[in-house]
Amino acid sequence: MSTIVVFLEAKGSEVKRSSLEAITAAQGIAGGGSVVGIIVGGTSANVEKTGEYGLHSCSIATHSLLNNYSLTAVAATVAQFAQSVGASNVIFPATVTGKELAPRVAIKLQAGFIPDCVALDVQNGSVIATRPVYSGKAKITVKITTDIGVYSLRPNVFTARTINGASPVQIKDFAPNLSNDDVKVTVSNIVRNEGTLDVSEADIIVSGGRGLKGPENYHLIESLGKVLGAAIGASRAVVDAGWRPHGEQVGQTGKTVSPNLYIACGISGAVQHLAGMSSSKVIVAINKDKDAPIFKVADYGIVGDVFDVLPKLTAKLTH
Amino acid sequence: MNILVCISQVPDTTTKIAVGTDGKTIDKTGVKFILNPYDEFTIEEGLRLREKFGGTVTALTIGGESSKEILRTALAMGVDKAVFVKDEAKDDSYSIAVNIADVANSMSPDVIVVGRQSIDYDSFGMASMVGELLGMASISVVSSLSIEGTSVTAERDVEGGKEIVQASLPCVISAQKGLNDPRYPKLPDIMKAKSKPIEERASVVSTSRVQTLAMELPLSKRVGKILGDSDSDIAELVRLLHEEAKVI
Repeated sequence: MSTIVVFLEAKGSEVKRSSLEAITAAQGIAGGGSVVGIIVGGTSANVEKTGEYGLHSCSIATHSLLNNYSLTAVAATVAQFAQSVGASNVIFPATVTGKELAPRVAIKLQAGFIPDCVALDVQNGSVIATRPVYSGKAKITVKITTDIGVYSLRPNVFTARTINGASPVQIKDFAPNLSNDDVKVTVSNIVRNEGTLDVSEADIIVSGGRGLKGPENYHLIESLGKVLGAAIGASRAVVDAGWRPHGEQVGQTGKTVSPNLYIACGISGAVQHLAGMSSSKVIVAINKDKDAPIFKVADYGIVGDVFDVLPKLTAKLTH
Repeated sequence: MNILVCISQVPDTTTKIAVGTDGKTIDKTGVKFILNPYDEFTIEEGLRLREKFGGTVTALTIGGESSKEILRTALAMGVDKAVFVKDEAKDDSYSIAVNIADVANSMSPDVIVVGRQSIDYDSFGMASMVGELLGMASISVVSSLSIEGTSVTAERDVEGGKEIVQASLPCVISAQKGLNDPRYPKLPDIMKAKSKPIEERASVVSTSRVQTLAMELPLSKRVGKILGDSDSDIAELVRLLHEEAKVI
């Protein structure tokens, strides 16, 4: 029976949702094999919860060289763990951490690697992955030809599902064999943008574009965002003009997001922007130009001036 | 300082994509190819490191014959040497990484710079793969880089903030927007670059580890309900989001 390893990440006391999604995706291709998790560097998170999603066991890797996050040491740990359980596949959430880590683990395991998957299926006993290419303008189905496969999954595309009557997850320890040479890179500090919800972690995003005409009008976006509990995003034009910080930029040179709801306000929908948000579950476009390309990818559209529509929409949602 | 910058040629972002007759790759007919936008930062960073520390910047690309054009751009921007490896396989970043590692092994670079992602196959993984193949440190999505002696400090964009990352040379980094402000090549330099030598190397044959089965253009499954801006239309939008889409 094959074993699938899922790399798990925690944020504070919770296992990240993108990790739970990866567990569900792994169940989908496990075919009766077991799905096991690895979480690196110790954790205070509620890992018991992973059992509800069908995780068979969760190994917590600890080592003095893992106290500070080190890409290379974590890669060595995950690769050693995958080998120790005889993994057939290793799955990462394609978060900032997962995107950097997965290729290293793939090389260590001499495994093929498929990044940023939006679907995983099994056909004739092989795992078939689907992923967007060319800024989302095309998608390819791809198969790995090596014994072990490594995949990273775009967050919020797969749905995390609990399994009724799942057995409790077995919590185990994993002691990797590491030396100083494994620690080639370390994170010395993390600077958080306090008080703001990041677009890459939000369920709802309200984004503004050039149609806002100036940074002084961004309060219209912020007010709508506040009512919805949404993160605030921005188009490249708005960031390049210095109205908003780069961390808010959605699109090719910014972040790729797949929230449940994406509201594009005064954004024309250049292909670079679409590349970053077209996998959102529901897209709403508000633009006064009825021919704006954003309407071609929208589920719902309002043809109207953002200065007129946004206050009304915000008021409607407040009641 | 010995600097290797790895760049790629990609279809212009705004170009229309059609699937080729093989059903697995794009139809290149009429497609305009450009320097990968992130690689403007890649080349610029190499040049800035040379300006600060002295040494040599070598630009490398792996691709089809037409990829030599972007090496001309790199030469016009000011790189010292250009290396071309002919290998048209695009779907497996592993074989590209193996070729980069092979060139790197022959020149022992102190710093290798790649772009955050190539906007064709969008794999994001090149810095990690090359770093792992060479046993070197790597830092991805770097928006600020400083090197003192052999110690490297970089800022990298993460969810909700920035990570400050430390490493030692030799090191691979992937360039993010904001790392620098790329220069434009001047006309005389563009002219001079046309006659500069490009070293050609054979591709290191590696068995591809992935196989593309099919490429297709995604069909939009969007509802596409377009409303006006009247009060009742806005009320209808709210109702649809509540009752039909069930997202709020």
